[in-house]
Amino acid sequence: MRETTAHEDLIRGIWKENPVLVQLLGLCPALAVTNTVPNAIAMGLATFFVLTGSSLLVSLLKNWIPSEVRISAYILIIATFVTIADLVLAAVVPLIHKELGAFIALIVVNCMILGRQEAFASKRPVGRALLDAVGTGTGFMIAMLMMGTFREVLGSGSVMGYSLFGENFEPWIVMILPPGGFLTLGFILLAFGWWKERHSEAIRVRQWPHGVASGEEVA
Amino acid sequence: MNGRGPGRGPDGSMDIDSLAEIRLRIAASPHLRSPHSTPRIMWNVVGSLVPILAVGIYYFGPSALLVVAAATLGSVLTEVLFGPKGSTKDGSALITGLLLGLILPPGFPIWMAFVGGVFGVGFGKLIFGGLGQNVFNPALLGRAFLQAAFPAAITTWPLQPDNWWALRGDSFALPLMSPSAPDVVTGATPLGLMKFEGLTTDTMDLMMGSTAGSIGETAGLLILVCGGYLALRNYLDWRIPLSIFLTVFVFSGGLYLIGPDRFPSPLFMLFSGGLMLGAMYMATDMVTSPVTPAGSWIFGVGIGLLVVLIRVWGGLPEGVMYAILFMNAFVPFINRITQPRVFGQPRRKPRGAEA
Repeated sequence: MRETTAHEDLIRGIWKENPVLVQLLGLCPALAVTNTVPNAIAMGLATFFVLTGSSLLVSLLKNWIPSEVRISAYILIIATFVTIADLVLAAVVPLIHKELGAFIALIVVNCMILGRQEAFASKRPVGRALLDAVGTGTGFMIAMLMMGTFREVLGSGSVMGYSLFGENFEPWIVMILPPGGFLTLGFILLAFGWWKERHSEAIRVRQWPHGVASGEEVA
Repeated sequence: MNGRGPGRGPDGSMDIDSLAEIRLRIAASPHLRSPHSTPRIMWNVVGSLVPILAVGIYYFGPSALLVVAAATLGSVLTEVLFGPKGSTKDGSALITGLLLGLILPPGFPIWMAFVGGVFGVGFGKLIFGGLGQNVFNPALLGRAFLQAAFPAAITTWPLQPDNWWALRGDSFALPLMSPSAPDVVTGATPLGLMKFEGLTTDTMDLMMGSTAGSIGETAGLLILVCGGYLALRNYLDWRIPLSIFLTVFVFSGGLYLIGPDRFPSPLFMLFSGGLMLGAMYMATDMVTSPVTPAGSWIFGVGIGLLVVLIRVWGGLPEGVMYAILFMNAFVPFINRITQPRVFGQPRRKPRGAEA
């Protein structure tokens, strides 16, 4: 594996290798619970917490985890943090917790989180693993916020529940339904790809499949 | 044959002088030219839509023209802004806009029609790579999006007001705002009446078009004539509408024979809703329909079956749009299984010959 600087580890996940927008990982929550901004934030925070916590623990325990059972060990660690996040959300924001439903438990199988453990935290020192988790978690949060804002503005005419267009707004029902998630993700990916293409042909050719081509990620 | 062509030297090499005498004319294929270019076909289709639009305006007043104009503006503008250079000239975006306008309710707010046009061309066609690359019919995709986004507005069907000039709904609702309640009386389409109240509509009214419905879908006979013109000029594959009509007629006729009091008559099925317009203009879209004759039959029969299934047992009164979109998705597979045998090849590949 190529040696990276600490700065790279932190920055990489935010934009250049954004888990959702570039690597297309963690799509299940990104599609399912981004119908409003509060839901997107709650899910983003929960995932951020789980990712940071498990990266820390996996990196600490990496020398004691036998490689034959490492995946189950990672899942166990992740599940521990998901349980914490689940209980905390239920206690602090019961309404949002109810809306997110099964998707909080499903953070366990979010391949973005498992991917960071397998590809990074299990091979790097604790500090780097934490930086990487923070960067990736932030990138996930940004993607969730983008989708949540887009869908809430069109689907309900509001942001964080504050109405933007007045009472007479005609909601685009499709945007708060599951197809709206796919449409929004597709639209953002389109805009993302277009922006990249327009900015630099060279970047498009070399960096577009970066995360995948370097063989780092778990599919 | 002595192995030496004309103008070859004793050693078989070409000599320059005789090469100049042969005067080969070198040109890239295609060598046979047909007068039927894409723009020509497209503009013919546009021409054949004009009478349908005219009748729509006759029945539904100026608001019908507004809706069609807004949908067309949306799709053409999208093609101009995001399409490949010069692609607007082939007229396909114009057709998409016109067709989309014709399958919208007359009182539809024009900003929504505009959004439908943008979505139809942008996400239905350009995102796949432009004309010829799209999987689904762009106009139907635009309408499917509008149906999912604005389910209330797209199922509001105005009845004939006394004054022809009266708008049939809040056409000029501000963008992003809900239309206010229309001044005209609204009612159900013949299919809605059939589905939810068990009422049939006079077949003559259905054929002439004086019923509630989308702008261009009511005048069944006129659509038959206009589509027939395109079929005669070979601009649409006659097998597709014919197989749709036959399937719908036979399927719903069978149901009608079983229970005349429970199921609508086959003639009602043929001339109500968007079946005529869909079968003639949407299902026959050259890009999204099969290329082989056998495939066209399969495609048409599939659409016919789905239309009757959705109309009779589905939750929606009308199913033409979803039936065509659904079968659009199968077109690549239909094309593959109906590949004609290459002349001289064995009928079936020997077992295990191909990995």
